[in-house]
Amino acid sequence: MKLGFLVDLNLCMGCKGCEIACKVENEVPLGSWRLRVKYIDIGTFPDASRSFTPLRCNHCENAPCERICPVSALHYLENGIVNIDSARCIGCAGCMMACPYGAIYMDPETNTADKCTYCAHRIESGMMPACVVACPVEANIFGDVEDDTSHISQYIMEHQGGVQVRKPEKHTNPKHYYVGGGTYTLDPLAHQRIEGYSLFNNITHLEAVGDKNHGVLDRFLAPFTGHGELDNKSLIESATDAESHEQEGGH
Amino acid sequence: MVESTIHATQAVVTLDVALPGIIWGWMITLNMWAKSIGTGVILVGAFLLYRHKKEDMPNLRWTMPLISFVALNVFLLFTLVDLHQPYRMVNIFLHPHWTSAITVGAWLASLFTGLITVMMLIGGFDAFPDFRKHCAVGKKVRGISSFYETIFPYVVFLAIPVTTYTAIIMAQSSARELWQAPTEVMQMIWAALMVGSAALILVADAWSKESRKDLALVIAVATFFSFMMYMGEYFFSFKSAEAEATLAYVHSGGAYNVEFWFGMVLGFIIPFFLAVSNMKNDNKTLLRFAAILALIGLYLVKDVWLKIPQMLPLS
Repeated sequence: MKLGFLVDLNLCMGCKGCEIACKVENEVPLGSWRLRVKYIDIGTFPDASRSFTPLRCNHCENAPCERICPVSALHYLENGIVNIDSARCIGCAGCMMACPYGAIYMDPETNTADKCTYCAHRIESGMMPACVVACPVEANIFGDVEDDTSHISQYIMEHQGGVQVRKPEKHTNPKHYYVGGGTYTLDPLAHQRIEGYSLFNNITHLEAVGDKNHGVLDRFLAPFTGHGELDNKSLIESATDAESHEQEGGH
Repeated sequence: MVESTIHATQAVVTLDVALPGIIWGWMITLNMWAKSIGTGVILVGAFLLYRHKKEDMPNLRWTMPLISFVALNVFLLFTLVDLHQPYRMVNIFLHPHWTSAITVGAWLASLFTGLITVMMLIGGFDAFPDFRKHCAVGKKVRGISSFYETIFPYVVFLAIPVTTYTAIIMAQSSARELWQAPTEVMQMIWAALMVGSAALILVADAWSKESRKDLALVIAVATFFSFMMYMGEYFFSFKSAEAEATLAYVHSGGAYNVEFWFGMVLGFIIPFFLAVSNMKNDNKTLLRFAAILALIGLYLVKDVWLKIPQMLPLS
């Protein structure tokens, strides 16, 4: 069994329902994302179009994050999922440096690496990943890519020649496919990130990796001072600080 | 012209999450820089001991392991401090994952530091016979004085993988295209020889003229080849689109351009000429100046090379 994902970008309408479902299901802290939907505008008015690309961990068969993890916190499950054991993670960020898809983040609450696990806990109970359930247009297709009769396998066969993966040149053998994608949507170097073009927010880069209040001393004192008990309320306060910082002209 | 009237080729991100900035920052630069000193003094020290008599370098036996010990502890400290969960460092020893260069490196560096500590104690107690003369530890260490010479060849051999494993970590960081070059291994060796000789120059006041000349030779050769390799990377950036986009952060000016060229001139070009001139006319002050510049310059260039690949959005 080898579980895989396919996203039909022709169907995706950028509602971000999958993003929210993932956040809720996995209690992903503010400022972090296991799954995100990126909007890219192509062309200029009136010849313009907007594309939506859901991005998550690719659960590579040859995962660079698994290889570089010094303590096997990142490991393969029998069904092909690249899972993560937060209790073992030492927070070296090696996986963040290795993942060619930028799919791993440092959880600001636990200060350990985290990422999409294809909702391994739900799959164990026979359920579909939260993002699949939430998608109103069934753009997310999930299943066993080694089973010829599965929906995902059938979909891949129906769209032969139109199925793509991100960065195939990295030889990671991703188990996450796209239909209807193009260079603009799948190659991060093919589109620009221009200041002032972003909708709704102007924050382009995170202020810190993990908890920004988790300084060098805190890392050593946290187990004794209870600093580890960070929650979304304190993250909202941090975000408010960031907003005021933003108004002052910073990032 | 069609391409200037139809802007269908322009693609702009209009909504996305905030991306992480620099993940491995100055602490990792300091970590690599200090490790280069820690292993470099051993490699250069071995070269000097092969070429000259011990009497030509009277304090080498204890200063070499002492410098290495201090540098390695700086390296280990910042390795630990950079972890988001420093107490879990022990997991590398309890749950090692041997495909990871981080694991292999941590084990090798720990073993290396242990052996250097033994050498430092023996060298130190032998150099200062009146220090802790009646202390049990002192007596014991002085009793195994010859152990220093026994383990030294193994330590020199071990210094090579301890120097180069960082290049393997960078190779395993497959998201950063700039580091995916075999030249990184040699770059690590040149860096170690460069700052290893620089560190020894600072304690070589009482050494023979000939041994100082050899130190000048090592620093000149190391700065030259290291400089040439950086220039190769800098100008042959078209090997991949990602590497080219990464190097654009240096090519197109800005803070990283200034830091890179400042480091190149300060740490490579000036020390090279000072070292070459010193091989003809022995001038301790100028050689020390070259050594200090090389130490500063290498830090600056390593810092740029570490940070620029992290500026690129990965998705």
